Amino acid sequence: MTGWLPPEAWSAVALSLKVSLWATLCSLPLGVFTAYALARWRFPGRGLVNGLVHLPLILPPVVTGYILLLSMGPQGPLGGPLAQIGVVFAFRWTGAALAAGIMAFPLMVRAIRLSIEAVDPKLEQAAATLGAPRLWVFASVTLPMILPGVIAGAILAFAKAMGEFGATITFVSNIPGQTQTLPSAIYAFLQVPGGEAAAVKLVLVSVAVAMGALLLSEVIGRRVARRVAGI
Amino acid sequence: MTVSVRLQHSFGGFGLDVAFEAPAGITVLFGRSGSGKTTIINAVAGLLTPDAGRIAIDGWVMLDTEARVALPVHRRRLGYIFQDARLFPHLSVRQNLLFGQFFAPKSAPRADMGRVVEMLGIGPLLARRPAMLSGGERQRVAIGRALLAAPRLILADEPLAALDEARKAEILPYFERLRDEVSVPILYVSHAPAEVARLATTVVALEGGRVTGQGPAMQILGDPNLMPTGVRDAGALLQAVVVRHHDDGLSELSAGGVPLFVPRVPHPTGASLRLRIAASEVILSRARPEGLSALNILPGVVEAIREGEGPGAMVSLDTPAGRVLARLTRRSVTAMDLRVGVACHAIVKTVAIAPENVS
Repeated sequence: MTGWLPPEAWSAVALSLKVSLWATLCSLPLGVFTAYALARWRFPGRGLVNGLVHLPLILPPVVTGYILLLSMGPQGPLGGPLAQIGVVFAFRWTGAALAAGIMAFPLMVRAIRLSIEAVDPKLEQAAATLGAPRLWVFASVTLPMILPGVIAGAILAFAKAMGEFGATITFVSNIPGQTQTLPSAIYAFLQVPGGEAAAVKLVLVSVAVAMGALLLSEVIGRRVARRVAGI
Repeated sequence: MTVSVRLQHSFGGFGLDVAFEAPAGITVLFGRSGSGKTTIINAVAGLLTPDAGRIAIDGWVMLDTEARVALPVHRRRLGYIFQDARLFPHLSVRQNLLFGQFFAPKSAPRADMGRVVEMLGIGPLLARRPAMLSGGERQRVAIGRALLAAPRLILADEPLAALDEARKAEILPYFERLRDEVSVPILYVSHAPAEVARLATTVVALEGGRVTGQGPAMQILGDPNLMPTGVRDAGALLQAVVVRHHDDGLSELSAGGVPLFVPRVPHPTGASLRLRIAASEVILSRARPEGLSALNILPGVVEAIREGEGPGAMVSLDTPAGRVLARLTRRSVTAMDLRVGVACHAIVKTVAIAPENVS
């Protein structure tokens, strides 16, 4: 099996899975919070937040990556102080996770926000009249009802993170074994003579992972939706 | 326990300025739509913050704008029964019932789950999901959920309005039991006179954001000047006792010594009940009528005559059974020479007293 793909390709697959998983898991709570705030709260600067969240969707990925490099790089206004306390993103796999998480964030927020808007606020009111404090209302009524949307958002984000290329390669470069994700590896194989076979195999792997994620989300989503609707 | 409410609120050209007291039993906020009923109940619930006001239950203050006290919704210790039930679709009936109990203070006096389930007849539904219930069943579960939250105040916002007649008849008795068996005051919003007549202990009549009358149900409903939904809905409320059930499908009642015959009621002999007699179903006669098909004849004295803008007039009659209202034409009032103090008889057809007017 290991002979089927060169070792550096395998490590790219493993790294991509790791990066995408971390990117998804770490951004999920923030994604739910942001989606809830955008769907339910009216606050000054709401339009600005909405715009910022959607920015990675409309900017060229290379631009997002470059902004990350400028701000989070060792000399950047954010990266500098963070490096002081030992948190480094640039040219590390953590940076790849950060880039992937940011690129996937708008998709995640959109999916979750749609499901929050579908929850009748009257049910949340009813829960409050029954004595439930705000956080409990969210945990016991809102969250269970939006679970299908949260799962769909997470899987969408995971799939997007698996495919992220432009921002990642700009921010953390393409170091085999360290920051070389699956798409970067495909790109790298295409740059060297005789690398096409490995590239095609990696393409097959990404198709398999994407299809698997999609199927999984369908199955989980349907099961949860049924449970939530009470049928 | 008595709830005292004083509220001032204005929005969109509508001004609300009310003050009333709700003692134990069901206090019905009675008025047509737009009279401010729902605004009041939402302010009491804390779903809306009024411009000014004070809401307290026996000195326990939920809202006092002057003292800057405003408890958040979840700390007001309510049981709110909504028009649309609002059961949580992702929870079973049992989990819905237990929802409020989970958040009630541990020291609060708890309603017994078994008793509530039995009282509402929802035992067989416990494992089901709300999506699988009928409208009437849902509303019964909603009542149970409110009761089990150990509330200090129960709010009901037109809880029957979304149900058809048959379902209404199914739910009404549960509210009667609530009124008679639970010591918690109940604020009940309604615009249906028959519902008010059956359920209300106290009535607060509302019109255009003002209280036009408040007091015991018999007094307010028998006063045609206070009828907030219009003179067409006026009717008197009588207290009666079941004397016996006859074989021909009638029940004989006694209201202040006057025998009344109504279509068979389910109550046992000796039971006390109230019945509503709509003013438009009453005929007046100066002489005691003979050879008449109507079975119910109440002798009395004209207490007041109120002439409306149109051809109608409302006559209040003081009878041994209580005040009876009759809606006649002004022409009849003149032809019969009806004046205050004149003796006359009120005649009511038995079949005009529908089952929904008896409780």
